[in-house]
Amino acid sequence: MSRNGTSASNARLDVRKTYKMLIGGAFVRSESGRALDVEAPGGKWLGHVCRASRKDFRNSVVAARKAADGWAGTSAYLKGQILYRAAEMLEGRASGFRDVLQSIGLSLPAAKAEVSAAVDLLVYYAGWSDKYLQIFGSVNPVSSPHFNFSVTEPMGVVAYIAGEKRPLLDLVSGIAPIVVGGNAVIALSTGRSAVAAMELGEVLATSDIPHGVINLLCGLREELVGQMSSHMDVNALVVQGGDEKEHTASREACALNLKRFFPREANGRGDEDPYRILDTMEIKTTWHPIGG
Amino acid sequence: MTETKNPTKGSNWSYAPSPESSDHFKLKDQYGLFIGGKFVPAASGKRFSTINPATEKVLAHVADAGEKDVDKAVRAARTAYEKVWRKMSGRERGKYLYRIARIIQERSRELAVVESMDGGKPIRESRDLDVPLATAHFFYHAGWADKLPYAFPGKAVRPIGVAGQIIPWNFPLLMVAWKVAPALACGNTVVLKPAETTPLTALLFAEICQEAGLPDGVFNCITGAGSTGAALVKHPGLNKVAFTGSTDVGKAIQKSLAGRTTKLTLELGGKAANIIFEDAAIDQAVEGIINGIFFNQGHVCCAGSRLLVQESVEKEVVAKLKARMAHLIVGDPLDKNTDIGAINSKAQCDRIQDYLKVGQEEGAELFQTNCPIPDKGYFIRPSFFTKVAQSHRIVQEEIFGPVLAIQSFRTLNEALEKANNTPYGLSGGVWTDKGAKIFKVTRGIRAGVIWANTFNKFDPASPFGGYKESGYGREGGRHGLRPYVELS
Amino acid sequence: MSPSIVTSNKLNLQSHPVDEVGIRERVARLATRSIKKASKVEGLKLALSMVDLTTLEGADTPGKVRQLCTKAIHLHSGRKDLPMVAAVCVYPTMVRIARKTLEGTPIQVAAVATAFPSGMNPLAVKLEDTRYAVAEGAHEIDMVISRGDFLRGDYGRVADEIEQVKEACGKVHLKVILETGELGTLDRVRLASDIAMQSGADFIKTSTGKIQPAATPEVVLVMLLAISDFYRKTGKKIGMKPAGGIANAKAALNLLIMVREILGPAWLTPDLFRIGASKLPNDMLMQLEKERTGVYQGQDYFSND
Repeated sequence: MSRNGTSASNARLDVRKTYKMLIGGAFVRSESGRALDVEAPGGKWLGHVCRASRKDFRNSVVAARKAADGWAGTSAYLKGQILYRAAEMLEGRASGFRDVLQSIGLSLPAAKAEVSAAVDLLVYYAGWSDKYLQIFGSVNPVSSPHFNFSVTEPMGVVAYIAGEKRPLLDLVSGIAPIVVGGNAVIALSTGRSAVAAMELGEVLATSDIPHGVINLLCGLREELVGQMSSHMDVNALVVQGGDEKEHTASREACALNLKRFFPREANGRGDEDPYRILDTMEIKTTWHPIGG
Repeated sequence: MTETKNPTKGSNWSYAPSPESSDHFKLKDQYGLFIGGKFVPAASGKRFSTINPATEKVLAHVADAGEKDVDKAVRAARTAYEKVWRKMSGRERGKYLYRIARIIQERSRELAVVESMDGGKPIRESRDLDVPLATAHFFYHAGWADKLPYAFPGKAVRPIGVAGQIIPWNFPLLMVAWKVAPALACGNTVVLKPAETTPLTALLFAEICQEAGLPDGVFNCITGAGSTGAALVKHPGLNKVAFTGSTDVGKAIQKSLAGRTTKLTLELGGKAANIIFEDAAIDQAVEGIINGIFFNQGHVCCAGSRLLVQESVEKEVVAKLKARMAHLIVGDPLDKNTDIGAINSKAQCDRIQDYLKVGQEEGAELFQTNCPIPDKGYFIRPSFFTKVAQSHRIVQEEIFGPVLAIQSFRTLNEALEKANNTPYGLSGGVWTDKGAKIFKVTRGIRAGVIWANTFNKFDPASPFGGYKESGYGREGGRHGLRPYVELS
Repeated sequence: MSPSIVTSNKLNLQSHPVDEVGIRERVARLATRSIKKASKVEGLKLALSMVDLTTLEGADTPGKVRQLCTKAIHLHSGRKDLPMVAAVCVYPTMVRIARKTLEGTPIQVAAVATAFPSGMNPLAVKLEDTRYAVAEGAHEIDMVISRGDFLRGDYGRVADEIEQVKEACGKVHLKVILETGELGTLDRVRLASDIAMQSGADFIKTSTGKIQPAATPEVVLVMLLAISDFYRKTGKKIGMKPAGGIANAKAALNLLIMVREILGPAWLTPDLFRIGASKLPNDMLMQLEKERTGVYQGQDYFSND
């Protein structure tokens, strides 16, 4: 991120990055114009990130819904290619991400491990795109003369709140299984993680991911969790971290449109799990007669 | 209507030759065997040449592997297996396969052109089908490498060891992908023997393995003829043999492995029936016949080489087939407009010509288009036989060329009977607009792959393989992993 | 309204189903034909000679139509080897000025009629519209079918209307617009094609160009196959006109490839194949110029009208 301090008269001043959110494929500031300060654990000021508003979330849902059908209809092969491309792009920016993670408090070994794990996780889920249906779908041996088969289908638009323990990995581990299944996602990062999240936005924007499939917001969890739980055009909510009280309130709000609710542990156990893909899928069963 | 200056009698506008350029890469004059990560000459120093069947010109010389070379290759594969590959995590193994997939994409045009030059298939096919599918096979299997327990619930999964793989000349690079991708994904190492007449893309694939940094010995490629293949199969260092080719050779291999515990999968010949019902989308069904038997010069094990057409639409289908065949262009494989390229070798060309004679002698009626064909190289015009009997050799035996046998049927059961009346069982096609009929027919045909309202569709996620004398074992999909793992 | 029983009894609407995936695959394969050098030049010139240069705007004026007709005659003064387009296509009230401007040239004047583009007027009005255009001097009439009646299943009425419009045309040649973008499925496109041909159409035409999708390669292929079957059954050669959405020279050449391989060389003439377009000729001219000079062209060097 940026550097403080004055420069000597001949030294070059660096051009600092502005952190914007990714909504509908475009990099935007919050429509509310508000910002949040980000500080390193020692207290050093690092910069500003956007403070997403309910309207930003609303706009993200619109963008996600617009993209959802097209993404669901994309072939499994292409989805896998796109996620693999995201891994390539992230790998290519590994040193930059290590710097970012260090600036927000991770040690170098921890930063290295986290970036590698994030790349590998993208590759892992890319590899599931054209296989999970062979595990979770079925042809069912019904007793009547019908061909009967069950397939998975994405729910549509999924909202995700990332935890704060692993700035990059909490975000990637949440998003990847959601989108590989064909859903569009709006993901919220909070605290210092927001910086890593916004950098990830730049990786995703260069990965051939269609606009609106992945939307990245940053802001305050307590401000947005209610909106994410109650929005009538969101099909599922996945949250990492959060206490009993928050989960209960979310579940109640989700009941408004029967939103499916999935809590994930804050410690990030079980990142590699194809059942996370299944969580945000419906199952559709079709019958057809076998005869002349 | 008032007079116009323009001709009212139509126009003879046609397509000028549109040759694919081949000047953006250079083939080496000679290639060695690829053993232990390096190209080396055969121990005997022997070589043979590979030619372009469209021009009969020599493309390159390749090494002729003898028993010593086979042994060296199997040992290299064994060392790589024990020291490196079986110890590596699935995740890292998968990454090598992803790299290979990417490099195939990067070198795709070069591979497509070499494939057409070495084997005779039209550039449009190698460009649009063979190379992209080969890429897709590596992408698909790369993703399985670290997920195998999910493919076999309740089982502990281990690799088998060293696999010997022998592939044919009809889809040279694609067959490399079909064999090598699952083998490597499951943790095995490979010794591959490409067909005698089409070694080049397998050798370029070996280069790609080097570019991907694949550990030495994980993939080995030994070029040679039938004797090289036999030597490979005999080698006691193999845990598994996979063979795609003729049924006769497949039987010989099964026999020679009889006393051993070596696992075996075979993908052999076929004589598929393409069944057209009166309620089919007829124009699309006719295109399906064309796809089934004329593309790739009919060199397809799962070719729809028998047409079973419901008698009520027989006349219409045959008339439309003739009209459609008239637009098939037979010619230079490197011309982007060519539909049917060169027959792979003189031997195969002679064999097909022989069947054309046999068919007529048996009493069937031959129709061939009268399109122009080049005067050099091995070319055959698309053909079909009518007035055939089920017992005719041209109906019972696999011709492996652009020759179709046409029979009629009256009822669904009769069609099924005819379709199944063969020792083969690789594939079949059914054309009808009625869904229920599709499922009844697919249930009734004794074959491993059934195409309904389509034909010759392949995907790495879709298992492929035969019943009966078309072989056993499946390639592709979750089922295609089974032959390459040890379960306990 | 009760279906027209008499006419629907005469119709033979039994045809084979159309498989959409198969059609798309055939379209894709036909589009891989590579047209280069001499065959590209010949193809582009052939396609140019088949264009119906079109203006169908509420804002059309005699001046606008005069300009269009002038462009039709003089596509590009820089070359002397270019054919003229086949026809111009205008609204009935513009037929007279078009005829006058095109006098002495072989370029035909086609008029849209029958309450184009919607067709949502009583039959009497639509027939009057037709007769007026014919009286004004139109060489060809492009009519629209009643999509509402068609979608309701009243094929007899649809056929009946076409027959009556044909009668109102007299000797003038009739193109029947199916408005394929509103029909929904390729099976329906086939059905509408059969109805039109059996009712006297000289040409079947894809679209009005006023809605999307217009002339997709898929509907063109289905209509060409319908014409092929009709010819096989009756010996009568019906013409085909895709209109709207033919974006560039490559698309035009792809159409010629389809006509050649589905119907054969006999149909490669403006008497049996037209392309309805307004901006298309300039792209074809740019391609022709590129073939001649070896250099890619820019828009500034070709007149817009």
